[in-house]
Amino acid sequence: MALARRSSNLLKPLSTASSSSFLHRRPFSTDDTTTITVETSVPFTGHNCEPPSRSVDTTPKELMSFFTDMALMRRMEIAADSLYKSKLIRGFCHLYDGQEAVCIGMEAAITKKDCIITAYRDHCIFLGRGGTLLESFAELMGRQAGCSRGKGGSMHFYKKDACFFGGHGIVGAQVPLGCGLAFAQKYRKEDHVTFAMYGDGAANQGQLFEALNMAALWDLPAILVCENNHYGMGTAEWRAAKSPAYYKRGDYVPGLKVDGMDAFAVKQACKFAKEHALKNGPIILEMDTYRYHGHSMSDPGSTYRTRDEISGVRQERDPIERLRKLILAHDLATEKELKDIEKQARKEVDEAIAQAKESPMPDESELFTNVYRKGFGVESFGADRKELRATLP
Amino acid sequence: MASIFQGVGAATSLDTKKFQLSSLRSVTGRKASCVVMRSGGAKMDSGSNRISGRADQLVTNAVATKADTPAASTASKPGHELLLFEALREGLEEEMERDARVCVMGEDVGHYGGSYKVTKGLAEKYGDLRVLDTPIAENSFTGMGIGAAMTGLRPIIEGMNMGFLLLAFNQISNNCGMLHYTSGGQFKIPVVIRGPGGVGRQLGAEHSQRLESYFQSIPGIQMVACSTPYNAKGLMKAAIRSDNPVILFEHVLLYNLKERIPDEEYVLNLEEAEMVRPGEHVTILTYSRMRYHVMQAAKTLVNKGYDPEVIDIRSLKPFDLYTIGNSIKKTHRVLIVEECMRTGGIGASLTAAITENFHDYLDAPIMCLSSQDVPTPYAGTLEEWTVVQPPQIVAAVEQLCR
Repeated sequence: MALARRSSNLLKPLSTASSSSFLHRRPFSTDDTTTITVETSVPFTGHNCEPPSRSVDTTPKELMSFFTDMALMRRMEIAADSLYKSKLIRGFCHLYDGQEAVCIGMEAAITKKDCIITAYRDHCIFLGRGGTLLESFAELMGRQAGCSRGKGGSMHFYKKDACFFGGHGIVGAQVPLGCGLAFAQKYRKEDHVTFAMYGDGAANQGQLFEALNMAALWDLPAILVCENNHYGMGTAEWRAAKSPAYYKRGDYVPGLKVDGMDAFAVKQACKFAKEHALKNGPIILEMDTYRYHGHSMSDPGSTYRTRDEISGVRQERDPIERLRKLILAHDLATEKELKDIEKQARKEVDEAIAQAKESPMPDESELFTNVYRKGFGVESFGADRKELRATLP
Repeated sequence: MASIFQGVGAATSLDTKKFQLSSLRSVTGRKASCVVMRSGGAKMDSGSNRISGRADQLVTNAVATKADTPAASTASKPGHELLLFEALREGLEEEMERDARVCVMGEDVGHYGGSYKVTKGLAEKYGDLRVLDTPIAENSFTGMGIGAAMTGLRPIIEGMNMGFLLLAFNQISNNCGMLHYTSGGQFKIPVVIRGPGGVGRQLGAEHSQRLESYFQSIPGIQMVACSTPYNAKGLMKAAIRSDNPVILFEHVLLYNLKERIPDEEYVLNLEEAEMVRPGEHVTILTYSRMRYHVMQAAKTLVNKGYDPEVIDIRSLKPFDLYTIGNSIKKTHRVLIVEECMRTGGIGASLTAAITENFHDYLDAPIMCLSSQDVPTPYAGTLEEWTVVQPPQIVAAVEQLCR
């Protein structure tokens, strides 16, 4: 991994990774002022656009927060795995471990007013948007404290105040919704963008191209992010797509191919994309990433790929390991401190699970709530509905 | 904004049927003013709208024609005369004026003015973004509308023909209907999905579909069908103001109906049925175009001595079982006349709902006249046979009342 150690304004003297004479240094530096320049693992590949530079500026605080957040996400997904196996989570559970860099990098480049919409692999993105562990686990277990009050489940996490629009089960259907979000942003003349995320499997859906056409036609600030983990459930990308270069699929719409296991590459790309979208309309980002688990909990994940491949990626490209090496190389924390962070993450997750387990199941009356929204002289009689008459606005 | 059309010589072919339901509502003390609401939200006074007389004023036809009525009736009445598509447009325009979040999207709604002229002139007035010409991509522009609604806009999605919305079924069912529920109430989807459907004049099988039955099971949506200019405008406004997703079914053959509607602003209740003609012997439940076939049959029935009560159910989901129930309690016989298919149609659901709730009040089994379960043929005579015709309605009532 080529890590350029060109640091400007470095407060601490340069040191090598093996140095242990700085034990008195405070780790966890909430140091916001030092700029560390990191180079992405591979250069960006552009389609119909000039790719951004490989050098990404970051601060120690950001590095540490990346690590902490990713460790938390990784732990959450693994905990969800064991909860599913102990039958506390039922139905479908699609885990995001391996792909954390995508959502972490994206969050670093945008604000909470930019909208994100994704498909069903949404737990970590929800966390990145500001969702709590309690809300996640409670929703996964179908409890009242969940973000959708237990009525959505794993595939329907939403957080309206953070502009996170979910959480959708039908493959590809969220992309036209995402273009609708971008349409509303343009309608209201807001300076924000929408990230509509989908997978390599969904990239073959027709509605994607329809939505892309409309977004390009009206210059909507929509950024289509293809999280290419190379497998559409059990089908490898080369077996499903004639042209697996998903960033080129937009044809007249520019595209960028990004190493999705490198959080800084993702951050750079998303920043670039946001600037582009606000000026010129839609752009496609293809995140080259990988998921360690199978497609969902019912998929072992090893029938269509070898265990060697999975462990190979884990060794060479794991996003958390990459960050760990970066942090150690820049002496921002020691090994032990990083392990402590991971332990802390584990503790937080365990606490959240315990708390979520205490949350009750939804009431029976919740079956009928939120089907309609009240308003405008609603009244009904007979067996159809049980609501009372509401007052006119 | 209300303009008065001088309808010299061209008379209304319909009576202004603004019925109060005061006689039926007195049972539970519901106010009659829930039918019509003035712009300020004030309750309507019962003076201006009266129940029209009965048999002597029925001169209806199945479709708008130039019938003869005394010329004096048009000039001196209050309100203004317009066609159904103009009424829809008026409702739409008033709502767009009132709320900047209301926008329209659909094929050819902007520069072309709408394939049935419902959005004519709106693009010039409100701009291309607010009256959006979409490419032919029903699935995604419906999805776009729903996504925009999630952020708070209030789009009206027009399907050029309801049949095309089959392509958008996934978006309507999964996203439109269910998002409010699966998000635990976080998002509301105040869209209106509207378009013409129904059997027209030899349009062919694919353009003569009745999708009410396909959509009726989707939880979370409301469906209404308009049939007169008066209720078209009122329902359009109500649908736009509603925070629920509403599917507004119009009919291809009813766009040129002419009626006199009030100048004042009014909004109708989405869940209410309309009493078209009170009666004693049999309750005929109908909606959309079949209302006119029923009224034509009613003329014949009255001459034969029957007194049918005709209710335009208007609200297809949920049913207004209050109005319907009161009517059944009075007449004890039900005939449902619809344009939907027989299998799994609106009539089928209505039959089930009535049987469940009002079985004790029925003196005879419920009869349901629906379209035949065939793709609509092109040939004119065959097409007539697909749809319920007035003689069949008369025969059914006679059988029911035997």
